[in-house]
Amino acid sequence: MAVGHIVLDGVKKSFGPKHVLNGINLSVPKGHSLVVIGGSGTGKSVMLKCVLGILKPEAGSIKVAGEEVIGLKGAARDEYLQRFGMLFQGAALFDSLPVWENVAFGLIQGRNMARAKARDIAMEKLGQVGLGPDVGKLYPAELSGGMKQRVGLARAIAADPEIIFFDEPTTGLDPIMADVINNLIVDCVKRLGATTISITHDMASARKIADDIAMIHKGEILWQGPAKSIDESGNAYVEQFIHGRADGPIEMEVLRA
Amino acid sequence: MNLLAHIGRATLSLLEEIGRVTLFLKDGLMQGLTPKIYFRQIFEQMMRIGYFSLPVVGLTAFFTGGALALQIYLGSSRFNAESLVASIVALGITRELGPVLAGLMVAGRVGASIAAELGTMRVTEQIDALVTLATNPFKYLVGPRIVAAVITLPLLVAIGDTIGIMGGYIVGTRSLGFNSYAYIKNTADFLELGDVTSGLIKAAVFGFIIAVMGCYHGFNSRGGAAGVGRATTNAVVSSAILILAANFVLTSLLFSE
Repeated sequence: MAVGHIVLDGVKKSFGPKHVLNGINLSVPKGHSLVVIGGSGTGKSVMLKCVLGILKPEAGSIKVAGEEVIGLKGAARDEYLQRFGMLFQGAALFDSLPVWENVAFGLIQGRNMARAKARDIAMEKLGQVGLGPDVGKLYPAELSGGMKQRVGLARAIAADPEIIFFDEPTTGLDPIMADVINNLIVDCVKRLGATTISITHDMASARKIADDIAMIHKGEILWQGPAKSIDESGNAYVEQFIHGRADGPIEMEVLRA
Repeated sequence: MNLLAHIGRATLSLLEEIGRVTLFLKDGLMQGLTPKIYFRQIFEQMMRIGYFSLPVVGLTAFFTGGALALQIYLGSSRFNAESLVASIVALGITRELGPVLAGLMVAGRVGASIAAELGTMRVTEQIDALVTLATNPFKYLVGPRIVAAVITLPLLVAIGDTIGIMGGYIVGTRSLGFNSYAYIKNTADFLELGDVTSGLIKAAVFGFIIAVMGCYHGFNSRGGAAGVGRATTNAVVSSAILILAANFVLTSLLFSE
């Protein structure tokens, strides 16, 4: 069995009385693409934020390339974060900066690269996601949803990271643009050879970009396996989710009149 | 019993808030004001906080100086002490009204803007994006705003003092019949360096309060547009109250015999 590049072991996180992660166990081999599926509020984003150190888990262990990363501080944390790229839901571009500076941000601020050199790299990365140099001068408010996601992707890959996280990269996009983004993700990840974790509700997206799929429900991983075998998972939760059925073991918290 | 419970809850909530502000302040000072320093951000914030607040501070000072001259003239004429108008206008503006009114106006203009900007960045995950780009949000967002506000508020107040005294001069010479030379001489003879510097010290403290409150409420904003709105209101209200409270404390300290 391949050694995990990213390994979560018994990770728990609560917000007040609400237990969001109830002992997550997950392993992603180097260069693999894992997609985590699950309903809203099941702990997907919280899990990614725990790996990034934005949130601190109460229990468990998170190892990246064999090193424990919970509680990293100062220069060690900065160094750790330089290994990551992340594409947020809605792209989370900085409104006050033009597109090229958004893409070059991590190079200029995080790695102290000269602005001229960072700008050249930003333009090259924009080209890789199918955006011309003219887009570099625009501000995020002037872009469509699909263009914002492409810029977000360019920013995520700008520093050629070894690990990339995708947080619902196709949510809110039309199916064609969603497929364009999926293709770009697959291309960019292959080119970089990066290890990736994506979280999504979108099964078309999951099937396209995943080597492996994991299903999260109520803060626990219920099933993990190759993307090709998801239709034969034999897990009632996974089957209900991938077929989008209202009836099944997953009960939605809906107030009935 | 209910009343006691209400008092208890309010007290606990107040103490909790004080604790949160203190922890934020600790991070703001320990992380925000230590290397790496973002000079470009400091300069940008100085322009936004200082330069773009000049019109509102200037107009406030001008009309306050004029109104003060009228009020002091009306009051002092009851005791045949009209000659004191110039000196009392200068003292009132430099010691109290200049810094306090500039502080309150900047709290409304800049404190609200800082809270709204950081609040929007928080709810759209831009602050999380900063972290993933190996950039400490306290150093990049909070530190520069605190430094810029502490430097620019005294400069704004110095200009406001001058304009306020000029407002008094214009009303005094054009409307109240004072001799121009005598008005200026009275102002210059009576005003001491300590009167001006005390106001500038107050201004620096008010700048600190405005930046910290704006950043704190923006940084901790939750719950979409409504949360950003709440953060903005709380930033302005808390800044205004703290400015008035700090003014009382500073006046007691600076002018105690």
